[in-house]
Amino acid sequence: MGKSATRDAYGKALAEFGSDERIVVLDADLSKSTKTAVFKDAYPDRHFNMGIAEGNMMAVAAGLASTGKTVFASSFAVFATSRAYEQIRNSICYPNANVKICATHSGITVGEDGASHQSIEDISIMRTLPNMTVLCPSDAAETRFCVKTALEINGPVYIRLGRISVEDVYDENQKFKAGKGVVAKDYGSDVAIFATGYMVQQSLKAAEKLLESGIKAKVIDIFSIKPIDRELIVKTAAKTGFVVTCEEHSIIGGLGSAVCEVLSEKRPTKVLRIGMEDTFGKSGTPDALLKLFGLDGESIAEKIQKAMQKS
Amino acid sequence: MTEKEILRLKKIATHIRKNIIVSTSCAKSGHPGGSLSIADIVTVLYFKEMNVSPRKRNNPDRDRFVLSKGHCAPALYGALAEKGFFPEEDLKTLRKVDSYLEGHPSAKTVPGVDISTGSLGQGVSNAVGIAIGGKLDGRDYRVYTILGDGECEEGEVWEAAMCAAHYKLDNLCAFIDVNGLQIDGATSEVMNPNPIGDKFKAFGWNVVEIDGHDYRAIESALRKAKKVKGKPTAIVAKTVKGKGVSFMENKASWHGVAPDAEQTKAALEELDRFEAELDSAGREA
Repeated sequence: MGKSATRDAYGKALAEFGSDERIVVLDADLSKSTKTAVFKDAYPDRHFNMGIAEGNMMAVAAGLASTGKTVFASSFAVFATSRAYEQIRNSICYPNANVKICATHSGITVGEDGASHQSIEDISIMRTLPNMTVLCPSDAAETRFCVKTALEINGPVYIRLGRISVEDVYDENQKFKAGKGVVAKDYGSDVAIFATGYMVQQSLKAAEKLLESGIKAKVIDIFSIKPIDRELIVKTAAKTGFVVTCEEHSIIGGLGSAVCEVLSEKRPTKVLRIGMEDTFGKSGTPDALLKLFGLDGESIAEKIQKAMQKS
Repeated sequence: MTEKEILRLKKIATHIRKNIIVSTSCAKSGHPGGSLSIADIVTVLYFKEMNVSPRKRNNPDRDRFVLSKGHCAPALYGALAEKGFFPEEDLKTLRKVDSYLEGHPSAKTVPGVDISTGSLGQGVSNAVGIAIGGKLDGRDYRVYTILGDGECEEGEVWEAAMCAAHYKLDNLCAFIDVNGLQIDGATSEVMNPNPIGDKFKAFGWNVVEIDGHDYRAIESALRKAKKVKGKPTAIVAKTVKGKGVSFMENKASWHGVAPDAEQTKAALEELDRFEAELDSAGREA
């Protein structure tokens, strides 16, 4: 098992599936960072740089989609979603345009660029839009699956990707199912950690830590945030009676909220939401920031232990 | 363009104007002022220029139209009904809960509408996307859009303008409906977007300035646009908001207010008189 950034896996997947002539890729002056440049090298005629104009890019994507194209539009998550939000709403989601918004540099592991470039609200604002599918893969294999899934959906999809190189969670033979969570580790039923994106890796570390203290955890990878695997969430909560959510995103509106929505309606369960606690990020190395905001494996384990002692 | 042809188009435009009044009156809301100002341009596009037909709705080679100033849906819906995309009678259901005629154009529900618009600034970007798609597929359809002059206050218009020139989209032609008024008053007082033609020129567009109610001028501008290679064309059309209904003309207050029963009657009577004049002119010719 190796290491790579999900944005790299995205670029490779685009190039891999790019022989389909309906695919058109747009970027906003960040093609080397978002890795759409990998597609551009293979299919230069179907890659268009839209310059630093994300709002226009999203509405152009919708226009292209109306001519039968499958359009991928990429930028950093902050600019792809927050800057162009209303274009995504009105030009893409409302008419159900076949546009895939693949945003890299999500979360605080953007690192040194600091808070202005660290998107901590994109899951929240994307999942509230009707017609939108929201995916947040943890590693390379899952990213490839998400791009493949996006191609099978005739409508808008948001794929949240990261900047830094991360450990593989799955090998290439792993079978994923659209809309279904993945049990990434199952040490037992003391607690279930529902994690998404890079927090899957950190939650796996936390689960090992917890095991050392005699707490047997499950780690469940919720890469499909919308639609969400309600069945697995309810079934798991029934077994563990205590649930943790973990995301590199605000605890308001993201995975934590999505899991609470399911459980509060179907099976009221105590939930601990781990994520950015209504605060912006800051500059620093990714590792230092994970520690600072309590999103590294060790901090996650500590938070869970503390919560379990209380209850 | 012959006199006979102009008479034919004027009759259609007058019919569309009557339907703008009827539909907004039935809806008790909507945007008659700007709808009336673009009625002549929409008429030339749909009944002279564009290759669109309800019988070949999904023809990949059809010309495309995007109403970037989406609030003027009553003008577009009037043209689409006249063209046969849906029954004229349905115009009376505009904005009603059980109607497919959304307040702003909806591609999902309204036959003949390719792009949902309403949020200003986005339609022109959508049109740029369609034009890029046409080039990619090697199709020779043309893409038309109408923007408001107030709409040009949106930054996205200029992002789209830059993009269209950059990709040399000579298959794109944008009308700017310069009626000089927006909801809050004169565009020059609210937030001056002028000189609009100079701005498009500076962004690398071919620019033609015309009277937006002069059929020969509209047709000639469209002809010039087709001849220009390597550049999109902006047709900056000076128009009268509320055109055709004297008590609505040049009044910002008619931007987003529907006529009441009495006003509707007066407006329709005036348009009927104009129609009768056209008929008698037709008989003389």
